[in-house]
Amino acid sequence: MALEKEGMNVFETATAEEARLNAGSRKPDLMIVDLGLPDGDGKTLIREVRGWMSAPVLVLSAREQETEKVEALDAGADDYLVKPFGVPELLARVRAQLRRAGTVSNGGAASPVAKFGSVTINLATHEVARAGIPVHLTPNEFRLLTALVRGHGKVLTHRQLLMEVWGPGYSERAHYLRIYMAQLRQKLEEEPSQPQHLLTELQVGYRLSGLEAAEARHS
Amino acid sequence: MRVGIGIVETHGRKETEALIDGFAILPRKTLPGNGRPVTEFDLDGALASDYKLLVVDELAHTNVAGSRHAKRWQDVEELLDAGVDVYTALNVQHLDSLNDIVGGIIGIRVRETVPDRIFDSATDVVLVDLPPDDLLARMNAGKVYLPVSIERARQNFFRRGNLIALRELALRRVADRVNADVRTYRVSHAIKTVWPTQELLMVCVSADRSQEKLVREAGRLAQRLQAKWIVVHVDQPYQNNDARSREALLVIAKTAQSAGAEFANVPGQDITEAILDYARKRNATKLIIGNTARRRIFTFKRRLQERLARANPEIGLLLLSVDEVRATRRVRWIPEEPQTQIAALGIATLACGAATFLASQLVGFFDLSNVVMLFLVTTVFIALRLGRLAGAWASLLSVGCFDFFFVEPKLSFAVTDTQYIFTFALMTVVAVVISQLAARLRSEARVARAGERRASALARIARDLSSAIKIDQVVAICREALTPLFEARIILLVPDKNERLMPTEDPGLVDTSTAQWAFDHGQQAGLGTQTLSAAHALYLPLKASMAMRGVLAVVPVGAPLPDDPDDRRLLDACCSTIGLTLERIHFMEVAQETLVRMEGEKLRNALLSAVSHDLKTPLTAIRGLAETLEHRKELPVEDRSDLARSIRVQADELKRLVANLLDLARMQSEGVRLNKEWNSLSEIVGSAVLQSRAILEPRKVRTNLPADLPLIEADATLIERVLINLFDNAAKYTPRDSTINVRAGATADTMYLIVEDNGPGLPVRDPEMLFEPFARGQKESSVAGVGLGLALCRSIITAHGGSIRAEQRKPNGAAFEIRLPLGTPPAIESEPIHDQAAHSDR
Repeated sequence: MALEKEGMNVFETATAEEARLNAGSRKPDLMIVDLGLPDGDGKTLIREVRGWMSAPVLVLSAREQETEKVEALDAGADDYLVKPFGVPELLARVRAQLRRAGTVSNGGAASPVAKFGSVTINLATHEVARAGIPVHLTPNEFRLLTALVRGHGKVLTHRQLLMEVWGPGYSERAHYLRIYMAQLRQKLEEEPSQPQHLLTELQVGYRLSGLEAAEARHS
Repeated sequence: MRVGIGIVETHGRKETEALIDGFAILPRKTLPGNGRPVTEFDLDGALASDYKLLVVDELAHTNVAGSRHAKRWQDVEELLDAGVDVYTALNVQHLDSLNDIVGGIIGIRVRETVPDRIFDSATDVVLVDLPPDDLLARMNAGKVYLPVSIERARQNFFRRGNLIALRELALRRVADRVNADVRTYRVSHAIKTVWPTQELLMVCVSADRSQEKLVREAGRLAQRLQAKWIVVHVDQPYQNNDARSREALLVIAKTAQSAGAEFANVPGQDITEAILDYARKRNATKLIIGNTARRRIFTFKRRLQERLARANPEIGLLLLSVDEVRATRRVRWIPEEPQTQIAALGIATLACGAATFLASQLVGFFDLSNVVMLFLVTTVFIALRLGRLAGAWASLLSVGCFDFFFVEPKLSFAVTDTQYIFTFALMTVVAVVISQLAARLRSEARVARAGERRASALARIARDLSSAIKIDQVVAICREALTPLFEARIILLVPDKNERLMPTEDPGLVDTSTAQWAFDHGQQAGLGTQTLSAAHALYLPLKASMAMRGVLAVVPVGAPLPDDPDDRRLLDACCSTIGLTLERIHFMEVAQETLVRMEGEKLRNALLSAVSHDLKTPLTAIRGLAETLEHRKELPVEDRSDLARSIRVQADELKRLVANLLDLARMQSEGVRLNKEWNSLSEIVGSAVLQSRAILEPRKVRTNLPADLPLIEADATLIERVLINLFDNAAKYTPRDSTINVRAGATADTMYLIVEDNGPGLPVRDPEMLFEPFARGQKESSVAGVGLGLALCRSIITAHGGSIRAEQRKPNGAAFEIRLPLGTPPAIESEPIHDQAAHSDR
């Protein structure tokens, strides 16, 4: 109802089977999946759909365990929300995902400069500045930051980040991330212990919020 | 009703075979007998079948080795216990109580006997009677034995005189039985019955095998008189208490108990007094004592019956004649070890030589009659120290030496003076008596030492067991204390939930099925018993006051099983102590479970009432607010959004409550399961602050976390939950303008995290109380919340090995301090430091 008010078309499906058919025939811009489905697990559906659909997938679940979230994200979901949630939050997340999808589809023309808060990142020259003052990042810190920027607000799981920054041998060493995220926050956040942009999804992964690159390009 | 033939021996007789024709016959079991396989009644088959009535022939039959029980009547007993009725047959000479009489009549001791209680417990007895001449005629016609064995039987057993006597015995026994039946009938049907004063016979026995017969005789008498009876033995402190007499006493006690008597071992100095005391105490009407035919030559004391009669004329005295078993009165030579004997003889010889030499020196100064004392002293000394044989040898040598060297004519064994003959005789007698006394002393000391050893062992085991609170400890005691004591491997078997026995260790050594039988029937089984004696271990059931608690397996290692009655008694004592210990442990566990359940129940009730209150409060509010929205359409927009916000706030409150409840439920059902990882505390704090921001508004939150705070191994979600609960508390109990301060730091081995506020502070004097589930600052408060929050915090932090405490801040405010142990974080590969510009990979 709230989504329709926002001017979106919503198709509801009751089962995973129906969802699979609809996803194929209607080609939605975004799919919202509840993990507890009557005829199967939502994660299986996501994994299947991910094979041929590029539209973002948002997961809703009453399951609070972090392992569930991680599995869903690793299966290919882009974001998740735990029930009960606020409608404004759902709308915000849906909008963010749609925005991101638009950016990615035009990814080739994306500006090499990304911005969040007072931080500017030049992906081409590897220059990072906070409030105009250059900040020195180590190569790993920079790679981590780029990975988050490229995620465009999507929640990236520990495993995904570790694979991208350190390589396959490190996928279980989450403590690397914690150390490097702390260093990044020290360098880039106003108040490192109450971060505004480099957000933690506890036991799941990290997310960069407030990225302005897309808006900057559109405007 | 299903009727089957359990076992019938037809002996190849056509008539009998015709009789059982048409009945279902249970298949027999084949066992390897002596050389050739033997068929035997299959008890397990019978128990497994669904027959309600079985015919089992030859009750007195001795089972083939390898069967479960030694005797068929034990099989029948088990069948009866299992609810199967049995028709069976036995000959009169097989009755236990008639054993002696039959033995006397036919001159043959019958080995296969059935206890009288089995006969007495029969619902009905049918006598198959035949005049002896008819029986002989039947036998001659080949209807009793097969023709080959007829002649032998007629010569030995089937003599006419025997048959008449046995017939009389059988008729009498059945008449007694019918008499008893009639009496029972009258007692149960007559309205007015004069109850005869209950006779109580008291049988006084000594520790001697001959008394067994006395007990059996008395038993028969008691049965005929329908009287209760007690068998009493007086335990005198100075009595000759050797193993044989103790064993005899044990046998007597068993005989008495199996014949239905009570056995009492009464301690007392004086036999007469002890017997009479006990008789008066128990109100015995008649005393029965055995009268031996033995003539006493040196009778200084009156005989027992005379003393009894004189001391107490009002109690009737019955004398039953008992044959003294001859062998028992013989002086028993206590055997000594042969290798020490030779050495002892050598020492005795040397001592006599020395005495002779010394005497030859002294003979100049002393009279010969004094010198002989030297020899006497030597003999006594040797008899005392070296035993009987050495003593006798020394006395012989002394006499020889004395005669040879000192008595005229010297250097010759000839004796002129006859008075020396007397000296020789005296010396020999003294030596023998002294050595016998000494040997007896030594043997008694040995018995006493063994007794002492057993008593102290038992005391030690009892002490160890009394402090055992786990089955493992009992197992260890069995292994460490009992195994060396009995020189056999002692293994405890305890039942599981389904009453199946499980060996606690070395499962290869024990036979679980035998142990299970012993456990199910409460009787010992296995090696050395009458049941399943083919097993290589002895299985003793551990009986306690309520039920069987297990089985003790005694596996002999090298040495055979202890057969000394004292050792067996010790083993029995150990069994009952272990049984009681196991029972105590069992009930302790039950009590603990009950306690836990009760606590849980209490907690659940408290939870239920608290939860229903706290769940209903926001629900009521939501409902009321929603109704207002629904019906009052004309409300201004601001008011409507205010109402909507109130609903959202209440819903959030409900959500937190449900989350806490679910967490607590999960922790209680699965235990606190930690998903520990190396986390950064600042991330956790950041996440918690972010989540609690909405409820904390407009309170200020300040965080003060050092940038170099080490990683901590913890479950981030749970620690976050702790912080959220603390913030939640702060939101509930502090005014809107307060500030919440979060700071952390690390010492050498702990990390501390403090959440403090400047609100009104803690509402109770003892901050520890806040951590109890369902404890709240004030009992009935308008602030919602079950008081689960802090209890949950504590259980989470405790599971991490840390501590949490609350503290009143000066001048105002509350502080919660969490301490978590610091581990060694995993190493991080340090990054090569060079300029990132040079590191261009894209």
